[in-house]
Amino acid sequence: MKSLAELEAIRQKTLERVSVRKEADDAIRVVVGMATCGIAAGARPVMLKFLEEVQRRNLHNVTVSQTGCIGMCRLEPMLDVIMPGKEKVTYVKVTPDMVPRIVAEHIVNGRPVEEYTITAAESK
Amino acid sequence: MRDLSMHVLDIAQNSIKAGASLVEVAFVLDEAQRLTLRVTDDGCGMSADFLQRVTDPFTTTRTTRKVGLGIPMLKQSAEMAGGTFAIASTPGEGTTVQASFDLTNIDCIPMGEMCDTLLTLVVLNPDKPDFLFTAEAPKLQASLDTRQLRAALGDMRLNEPDVIQWMKESIDEEFKPILEVREK
Repeated sequence: MKSLAELEAIRQKTLERVSVRKEADDAIRVVVGMATCGIAAGARPVMLKFLEEVQRRNLHNVTVSQTGCIGMCRLEPMLDVIMPGKEKVTYVKVTPDMVPRIVAEHIVNGRPVEEYTITAAESK
Repeated sequence: MRDLSMHVLDIAQNSIKAGASLVEVAFVLDEAQRLTLRVTDDGCGMSADFLQRVTDPFTTTRTTRKVGLGIPMLKQSAEMAGGTFAIASTPGEGTTVQASFDLTNIDCIPMGEMCDTLLTLVVLNPDKPDFLFTAEAPKLQASLDTRQLRAALGDMRLNEPDVIQWMKESIDEEFKPILEVREK
C-alpha cells in the first residue's frame, strides 16, 4: 500500500533540485494534442512514452503538457517541442516508437528529427 | 474510440475545458460484470438548450471544426452493447456524465489501459483541476484524491518525476485489480 508519508519524503528529496531549476531558463516544453481526435489516434501512449524517456534520461528541464484540437485531426497524434530561443517544431502522426529518437536527437542534442515533422509530412 | 479508457480520457477533457476545480471519475463494477462510469465536474455547465443538442455530432464548442464526437461516441459505445447513457448539467454548477456497460456483452468495447488514462489526466493537468478517482467492485475499493497529494506535497507540482512514479505505482496497485482487462 502506497502511503502519503512517502510523498513527504519525495518532497524533502526534491526540494533542493526544484529550487535550482526554477531559476534555470533552459526549460523545454513538449505539448501533446489531447482533444478527441488526438486521443482516438493514440496520443496517450505517446505521452506516456515521452514521460518514460524523460525520466530514464533524468531530463529535469523537460515538462510535458497538453493542448486541444488545432484543426489538423488527420495528422494526429501531434506534438510540439518548444525550446527556448528556437522555433517551435511540430511532429505529426507520432507513435511511441518514434519517441526515443525525438528525445535523443532533438531534446538532448538539439537537432529536430526532420522526417517526422509536419514540414516533411506536408511536402509529400 | 477503441476502448473505454480512451473514452474516459476524452470525457474528462470536457470537464477540464469547462474550468472545473474538481473532477470526479467513479467506476462501479457489480457482480454481473456491469460497469457504471460516472464523470462529475463543478465546471461551467451547459444551458438546457446546449445540453439537449450535446449528443448530436454536429454540436461542439471547438472552433477549429464543426463536429464534436466525444459525447456521441461514448453514448454509442454504451448503447450498442446493452448499456445506458445519461448526462445532466446545470449552468454555473457543473455536469455529470454517466454511462454503463455490460462487460459480458459481445459488442462491448474492451476496458483498455484505464490506469494509464488516470495517470495521464493528473500528469497533464498538474495545477488544476483536482481529481478524485474511485473504483468499487464486490469486496474491492480504490481511490486517489489529488487534494490529499497536494496537502502532502506542499508547493511541489504533481508532474515532478518522483511524484509521477509514486502515482503510477499507487494507481496500478489499487485500481488494476478492479479495472484490469478481463478476458471474456
